[in-house]
Amino acid sequence: MSSLLQSRTPSLSFSSSLCSTPVIRPSAFFLKPRSGSRIPVVRAKIREIFMPALSSTMTEGKIVSWIKSEGDVLSKGESVVVVESDKADMDVETFYDGILAAIVVNEGETAPVGTAIGILAETEDEISEAKAKATSQSSSAPSPSAPNVEESSPASKVDAPSPAVAAAPAPTSAPSTPGKVVATPYAKKLAKQHKVDIGKLVGTGPFGRITPEDVEKAAGIKPAPKSNVAVPAASAAPAAVPPKAPASFPEIPGSTVVPFTTMQAAVSKNMVESLSVPTFRVGYPIATDALDALYEKVKPKGVTMTALLAKATAMALAQHPVVNATCKDGKSFTYNSSINIAVAVAINGGLITPVLQDADKLDLYLLSQKWKELVEKARAKQLQPNEYNSGTFTLSNLGMFGVDRFDAILPPGQGAIMAVGASKPTVIADKDGFFSVKNKMLVNVTADHRIIYGADLAAFLQTFSKIIENPESLTM
Amino acid sequence: MQASVYYLSISHPNTTFRSNIRFFGLQQEDLRIHSVSQLNKRESQRIRIVSRKSCLQKRLVSVSASALENGGPPKSFDYDLVIIGAGVGGHGAALHAVEKGLKTAIVEGDVVGGTCVNRGCVPSKALLAVSGRMRELQNEHHMKALGLQVAAAGYDRQAVADHANNLASKIRNNLTNSMRALGVDILTGFGTILGPQKVKYGKVGFPDNVITAKDIIIATGSVPFVPKGIEVDGKTVITSDHALKLEVVPDWIAIVGSGYIGLEFSDVYTALGSEVTFIEALDLLMPGFDPEIGKLAQRVLINPRKIDYHTGVFATKIAPAKDGKPVIIELTDAKTKEPKDTLEVDAALIATGRAPFTKDLGLENINVETHRGFVPIDERMRVIDANGNLVPHLYCIGDANGKMMLAHAASAQGISVVEQVTGRDHVLNHLSIPAACFTHPEISMVGLTEPQAKEKAEKEGFEISIAKTSFKANTKALAENEGEGLAKLIYRPDSGEILGVHIFGMHAADLIHEASNAIALGTRVQDIKFAVHAHPTLSEVLDELFKSAKINASVTEPVRGPVAV
Repeated sequence: MSSLLQSRTPSLSFSSSLCSTPVIRPSAFFLKPRSGSRIPVVRAKIREIFMPALSSTMTEGKIVSWIKSEGDVLSKGESVVVVESDKADMDVETFYDGILAAIVVNEGETAPVGTAIGILAETEDEISEAKAKATSQSSSAPSPSAPNVEESSPASKVDAPSPAVAAAPAPTSAPSTPGKVVATPYAKKLAKQHKVDIGKLVGTGPFGRITPEDVEKAAGIKPAPKSNVAVPAASAAPAAVPPKAPASFPEIPGSTVVPFTTMQAAVSKNMVESLSVPTFRVGYPIATDALDALYEKVKPKGVTMTALLAKATAMALAQHPVVNATCKDGKSFTYNSSINIAVAVAINGGLITPVLQDADKLDLYLLSQKWKELVEKARAKQLQPNEYNSGTFTLSNLGMFGVDRFDAILPPGQGAIMAVGASKPTVIADKDGFFSVKNKMLVNVTADHRIIYGADLAAFLQTFSKIIENPESLTM
Repeated sequence: MQASVYYLSISHPNTTFRSNIRFFGLQQEDLRIHSVSQLNKRESQRIRIVSRKSCLQKRLVSVSASALENGGPPKSFDYDLVIIGAGVGGHGAALHAVEKGLKTAIVEGDVVGGTCVNRGCVPSKALLAVSGRMRELQNEHHMKALGLQVAAAGYDRQAVADHANNLASKIRNNLTNSMRALGVDILTGFGTILGPQKVKYGKVGFPDNVITAKDIIIATGSVPFVPKGIEVDGKTVITSDHALKLEVVPDWIAIVGSGYIGLEFSDVYTALGSEVTFIEALDLLMPGFDPEIGKLAQRVLINPRKIDYHTGVFATKIAPAKDGKPVIIELTDAKTKEPKDTLEVDAALIATGRAPFTKDLGLENINVETHRGFVPIDERMRVIDANGNLVPHLYCIGDANGKMMLAHAASAQGISVVEQVTGRDHVLNHLSIPAACFTHPEISMVGLTEPQAKEKAEKEGFEISIAKTSFKANTKALAENEGEGLAKLIYRPDSGEILGVHIFGMHAADLIHEASNAIALGTRVQDIKFAVHAHPTLSEVLDELFKSAKINASVTEPVRGPVAV
């Protein structure tokens, strides 16, 4: 034990101190009788020395050095081998007298907890038997130890300082080829821990990289909520973890996988996030003859339908501030001081929502001009963050494609979104039973029911329809 | 402290004239012109000046002790000592110079406090204070073990950044005020050496001022070193200068270099939610540390965290993120020089060390050539010129000489220089200067590492022994639930001389000073083991360390007998 006293055991202190802290010993014993422990008397014993579990988290250990050599006589309590765990190097001692007959796992090699690392014979006569046992151990039973050693060599990249190992860990990858697998450090760690083949995963992170969440998904683990990062304002919404579907879709041969672009990834993230908000929808038919007439008049002045709708929406919102509000924490209303209308725009393979700020205050012509600028910037990907994420209400118009009605998903951080369908000639029966043909469009508002109730939306839509049906106020 | 002594002597007019000179001195001319009979008048004048504090600094200028000695040709200098660079080194030198009665000026072209206070140790400690707490609050297991319940901890990046910035400005003001209060002239502008004992300083666009000084100390410090091939844009490819502003917390950051700076930033970034990839040119991470400590530190600070690494590789090319592409890092094998891998990350921090800031210092005017930018010096910090001769009256301290690039080493070197110019020969023992890395837990060290000690022992033919103690056996550490840690002592069993001490564990940076002071004062293990430590404190880790050492020599100085009280 004297060697123990001097050095070698970083995590143990043997010096006597006045305050008698209990000295923690390594769970030192790991010898167990080879067989027939019920009848220990009959046969002389050959014992296997097992890789001990030196910490609660240790799954495998590396032999730093054998203090004793084959053939050395051991007495109870003597240190035999130094084992490196995930936490420290520790001397491990024997509780039995005997002879170290054979070393199964050599210095520098790794073995899982519980596998034999050496053989202890009680007497000299048994050495040869023990040796035979050792060879059969290492040859016939390569399943637990040998492949494990190999498998853990990327692991010992983490542990071993030896340059040979450290130099080899990089995955065989051609530099900067598009097929290169990029995984974050934690993703790699998790993959190793859960035995997930990282090469088979499809990354959902930025630039198509494999994130820890991807690995957890593949391993069937619910991702832990990312609590530590103060997320940007948009997701200040409840910290609910979006339920993620297990990624076990049947594979259809010949399919190609195209990772999301940053914009697409952002859309995906927002859409999943929206699931944590309880929404409902209210539709409303609106006659547009007057609006269409007005549009024909102002069109030559550069006014677009988008600007008209945005202006009308903003004017209606001014009268119904709750529809322009946000529920940030699930406990309160956040009334926005300005009315910023975000308008969804499809843009080569993506979707962005340039924002018409203070749409209620700007006149129609300025608004149209502003819109033109925003669209140009969006095309050139030059929108500043506050030009696409400051919206308080979103407008989505698919009318120009002939869509007569649709349903929009509420973007996180906003209270409501309006889906506008095409204006179409419709046969209308009035209260006296006369038929006429009028242009009608269907609008459909999706709202956060935590703050906006059915009656709120109905009232808002009523106001909105009045503005559309008597659009003169829009030009004022 | 200095200031209080200063005023104390003034408020006692009876104090002898001689001691007054030492404390606040007189202008050289005064000493020669005024007869003894006039002195009383001067005395009262001086007291009046004190009441008008603003005049104090201008009027009560001091003169070097040596100039007081009669006989020497009365050379006239504007100052006794001019220090170029108001970092921690310059500040330490200036304070000591005032204490020694020197008329001192400090030239600063940037901000008082230098790298340490503004872009180094100080703001990084603010970030590390945050990361330490974050780490603790996020460690559910740890919290539960203490019986605490904490809901998901979060942080506000800007507020964290502000904390660092506020700390820097507070310390900067403290430094400035401490020098002003003592009467050190702070001259603003970039300092250049014009010739022997002559310095020019001035801001761009303003006329230069030329001053003369009996002695000059170069203390211009260093700037982050960026290897070629790396394009720093300050946004996605950054140095510590940018990182300390904490303008972003990237999801994934590569840190090039795993020394002190890299390690500390890995601690900050992982605590704030980033993942980190280390790129180290040597085969081992943390190459500067004692291997055993490095191994343990890796187990605690690297392996369980969201960190991976590439060792034995150079980052030969790093391009900032642009045009929708991430930061791209090309790795080249350090030995074969073959391209090895490419990394795509969100940001890269270049922590490959620091380069001396000695450009445009006017060294050519005194025939001094720098070595890789470092100013060549002897063991007394005296500058050596291109011909190998000492440049009289010129010294260089701190990062600019590259001897030991630590703020407190610079300050110690400055104090050593002041000792020399005031007539006491002094050679600083660099082996007694401690170093610390403020990760969680901290790493600290003083003296030699085990391989260095072994090499020295072999060369000089003596034995070394190693003693170790663990934080796991320390009551205070266990009370804090921070038992992870190791203290290691490298010593000579024949003499009890302490060669090195290395600590990894809670508050290691604060614990090292018992060892560094012992080395500085030449205290031997067999003596220090009798020193008493309060129980229960972390300092008992060192107490046990010294006690567990086996010394063959007897106690060098007998412990003093009991004293009656």
